[in-house]
Parts: sequence; structure tokens; C-alpha cells
Amino acid sequence: MDSIRAPQISGNKSLSDVTKDVCDIMERKPQKFWWFGISLALSALTLGIISISYQISTGIGTWGLNKTVGWAFDITNFVFWVGIGHAGTLISAILFLFRQKWRTSINRSAEAMTIFAVMCAGIFPIIHMGRPWLAFWMFPYPNGRGPLWINFRSPLAWDVFAIGTYFIISAVFWYYGLIPDLATVRDRSTNKFKKKIFSILSLGWNGSFKVWHRYETVYALLAGLATPLVISVHTVVSFDFATSSIPGWHTTTFPPYFVAGAVFSGFAMVLTLMIIARKTLSLEDYITLNHIENMTKVIIVTGGIVTLSYATEFFMAWYSGNGYEQFVFLNRALGPFSWAYWIMVGCNLITPQFFWFKRIRRNVVIVFILSIFVNIGMWFERFVIIVTSLHRDFLPSSWSSYTPTWVEIGTLIGSFGLFFTLFLLFIRVLPMISMGEVKSVLHYRGRGK
Amino acid sequence: MSSKILIEFRNEFDLADAISKFKLNGFSIDDVYSPYAIHGLDKLLGLKSSRLNMICFAFALFGLSFALLLEYWLSAINWPINIGGRPWNSFPAFMPIAFEVMILFSGLGTVITFFLWWKFNMNKTKQPSIRALDDRFYCLIEKKPSNDVKLLNEIAVKYSGEILEYKCS
Repeated sequence: MDSIRAPQISGNKSLSDVTKDVCDIMERKPQKFWWFGISLALSALTLGIISISYQISTGIGTWGLNKTVGWAFDITNFVFWVGIGHAGTLISAILFLFRQKWRTSINRSAEAMTIFAVMCAGIFPIIHMGRPWLAFWMFPYPNGRGPLWINFRSPLAWDVFAIGTYFIISAVFWYYGLIPDLATVRDRSTNKFKKKIFSILSLGWNGSFKVWHRYETVYALLAGLATPLVISVHTVVSFDFATSSIPGWHTTTFPPYFVAGAVFSGFAMVLTLMIIARKTLSLEDYITLNHIENMTKVIIVTGGIVTLSYATEFFMAWYSGNGYEQFVFLNRALGPFSWAYWIMVGCNLITPQFFWFKRIRRNVVIVFILSIFVNIGMWFERFVIIVTSLHRDFLPSSWSSYTPTWVEIGTLIGSFGLFFTLFLLFIRVLPMISMGEVKSVLHYRGRGK
Repeated sequence: MSSKILIEFRNEFDLADAISKFKLNGFSIDDVYSPYAIHGLDKLLGLKSSRLNMICFAFALFGLSFALLLEYWLSAINWPINIGGRPWNSFPAFMPIAFEVMILFSGLGTVITFFLWWKFNMNKTKQPSIRALDDRFYCLIEKKPSNDVKLLNEIAVKYSGEILEYKCS
């Protein structure tokens, strides 16, 4: 018996309490806060739909791009959203492989977050195509144009496969993990229509151990597959930049730097969402201060890796003796976009340092505020990498600047609207805490014999 | 008259202890129903470890070779296009897509194999009780003429188990 560790779930819950507490979130009438949230999210989503419709019907000229800065807001948002998704897979797969039992309270909603974030991310490259209705040209299918195949050597084609696979495997992993809980909801529901829907979704799950045994094997296999997948996805995203010859992009540190940054920003987003959820849905017994503290510790580590990457970039720029490389980094820190650079440094380097103090790690309000700062900082990191590397290139006569238009800002706000709309709908229709897994750690402290 | 005996337990520890006693006394256990996967129960019940690992590996190999061959055939044989003078067979550059396809095939292949093995039926849930996915643990024992019913009762009572009537629903 391990009496030193605190229990994973507080409040001395029984097994049926877990079922009741988790199902109650979706069975009771939505609170005022939920209605407030969904109206805000839907308004943002509407703004996004208007912006995208205007952009598609008019053209890419509605964005602030120019010949020098050909990539800016949209790819920033793309990388930002893909990064947000990474924490979900880290919690559901990597922490599973490391037998971190505290993941059970948060993995379901973090995985949902992954799927919604990847959906938001997917919008940006598709609308950037200008003719998004031809997006399927990215797949190598036998076509009437030759057949002309895609260029498999292009990192942008790698992106299609990486993000596509990531979305499919995350969605399968999520649904697979939901099956036992869907059956629990089926058994509880009194509404005939709801019972029918959940019967179909839960595939007749009955809790038989023979099935559980194989089920767990497949779950572990999916976790084992999702782990290299999540690392490969952000590696491929970083290849979009690293394989080019632009100073500031062309570095071998990009893959680990991007993966660590993705986990850093993703955990900040999980914290932001989970702190709101535990407060508004009274889940303090399930998402305890220990959970919050553990997540802030992940932020310290990944924030440290990000800091090291910033320092390495500067050192290598100087050490390479390459004038272009040196210029880009001085220009980042002191040039016209230095304000964005210092927001990035302030948010990503200084914020995590507060988490060295236990009193801050266990103060929900401060953790919430700091998590927002990390989100802002990581958005600016992508903006800085993309725009500052492009706006002053090799030829001073082609130097330019970049300002986003209302269409681009509207699209970004719209992506947040989509994310929160989907998340708020999710907590109303599906169990947002994995009941089966929480029940299995309820008596984790020991058999008491 | 049902050919099985259903015993309800209140927690996984009583269930596991009772199962080892049942096993020791020669009762044959048909199945166990629980709201979550109980670790270590597979050894107690003598379940063989799954071969799904091998299936996953086979799908991974298939996905990897399929993607590599496809990329090679499309870029080097079917319609070669000179892109910046790169070789027709740009093997290292084909690797990221091959890796993603490998993960995709092995993940989907394993899950589909599991579903085929499971033979799920969404209209018919063979469940001993509605509480099996809430807070109770059930052990289903096959009735045999050689069984000592008194001993079975004794073990069940010792671990606060309750013998219920088994109806195959």
C-alpha cells in the first residue's frame, strides 16, 4: 500500500459516484455559463465564416500578403493550432505508456481538444489554396490530368499525409477509448431515442473481460503508434520551414524545437480549458490541484527546451559566420517586428519560471492567467519565425512589411469560435471524463489489506 | 434452468480473490464482467496474450512497403517529372510519407482486426446486469455436475459476493 501518495481523485468517491458525477454534466440542463460561452463561440464562428466566404469569393488579395511576405497569418494559425493539438496526444498516449495514472481525469477532453484543434488547423492551408474546392488534388489518385502525380519530395505534400494521418488516428483513438463509456451512458439513459443512439455508438459493449483484455492490448498499441506519430507530425510541420533556404528557417534544430513548443502551448491550452471546466462544472474532485500542478511541471520542462532553442538559434547564427543568418536574428530582436519578438520572449521564457514555486503551481487563478500568457507567446513565436524571416530577404530592394487585414483577423477569431463551439457541444453530448479509466484508479492507493 | 451461475461482487479485490479460490477448487469460469479492465485478471483467468501485436506489426510493414513502392512507381516509372534535378527515386524524401502511411495502416488495421474478432452486435447486449458498467463486478461460472455447490456458496459469501439468477439477455 502506497500511503505517501495522495489519491488521484479526491472526495472519497464510490464507483457509482463517478458514473453519476460524469453523466450528470451531460444530463442536467445547461448552465447559464454554457449558454454564454456557446453564444460567444458561435458569434466568433460566424465572423470566421463571413471572413472565409469573402476571401474565397474575392481571392487571396483580401489578405495582407505581398511578394516578399507570402506566408504570414494563415500559416501562423495553422502551426499554432496543430501545436495545441499535441498536448492531447501527449496526455492520452505518451503518459499512458509511462503509466501516469493522473492522465485519466483529463485525457478524454484533451483528446477532444486535439481533434478540434486539428480541424481548426486544417482550415488554413485549405483556404490558402485560393481554390479550396480543388483541395483533393493533394492526394495521389488516378486522375484525368495525365495522370499527373503529386510531388512526393515536397514538405507540403508530407504535411497533407502527416496531418491527415494525425486526424484519423486521433479520432479513432478517441472513439475507441469512448466505447465503454458510451455503453455506460446507454445503460443509464431513459430516453428511448438517446438509448438507441448510444446503443449504436457503443457497439453492444457489455464489460466482458475477454473483450476488455483484447481491448486493452489494442489501446496500448494505439498509444504506441500515436507517440511516434505526434512527434513526426510537428517534425513534418517544422520541415515546411527547415527544408527551405531562408535564413532563420534553415536549421536542423527545428524538429525538436517545434515538438517541444507544441507540447508547451498544448499544455497551456489544456490548463486554460480544464481550469474553466473544473470551476464551472464543479469537477474539483476529479481535476484536482495535483493535476494542475503536474501540468505546470510539464510546462516548465518544455518551456525550458523552447528557451534553449531560442538561445541555440542565436548562438548558431553568430557561430555560423553567415551574414544573412546573423542579420535575420538581429533584425528579429531589434527590427520593425521586435515588439512581437519581445512579446514572445516575455511570454515563453519568463512565464514558465513562475511555476518553480509550489504556491504558484497550486494557485488556480495565477496558473490560469499564466497559461493564457503562454498561449499568446506561442502564437507570437510562430508569427515571429514566419514573418521576420521573410520580410527582409536577401535583396534590400524587395524588403517589405506585413499588416494583417480584417479578413485574416476575422479568420483567426473564427477558428477560436469553431474550437470552442465544438468543445462546448462535446461536453453536452459525450462523457467528458473517462469514467472507465477514472474508476480503475479510484482505489489506486492500495488494496487496504 | 440456466447452465451458469452468476455472482455479483462489490469491488475488484473481492472479485480477484474469489476467482483465485474458485480456480483452486476446480470451478470453471466462463467470463467476468466489470466496469473497467482489471489488471492481472488475465493471468488469473489463464487468458493467452493477444496476437494483435503481430497483426499490428504486419500492417505496419505492409503500409511502409506499400507507400514506398507507390511513391517510387509514381515518381520514377509512371510519370517521372524533373523537379530541380532531384533523382527520380528520392528515397530519403519519400520516407516521411511512408512513415505516416505506415502508422495509418497499422493503427486502422489493428482496430479493424479487433472489431472483426469481437463480432460486436449493437442491437443485442449480452449483459448480466445493467450495473456491470456502473459499479458492480460479475463472475460467471459454468455449472457442472461435479461442482460442490456448498463450497461455491461459501467462497461467494466470504468475499461478500451475491449469487444471482443468470438470464441471458
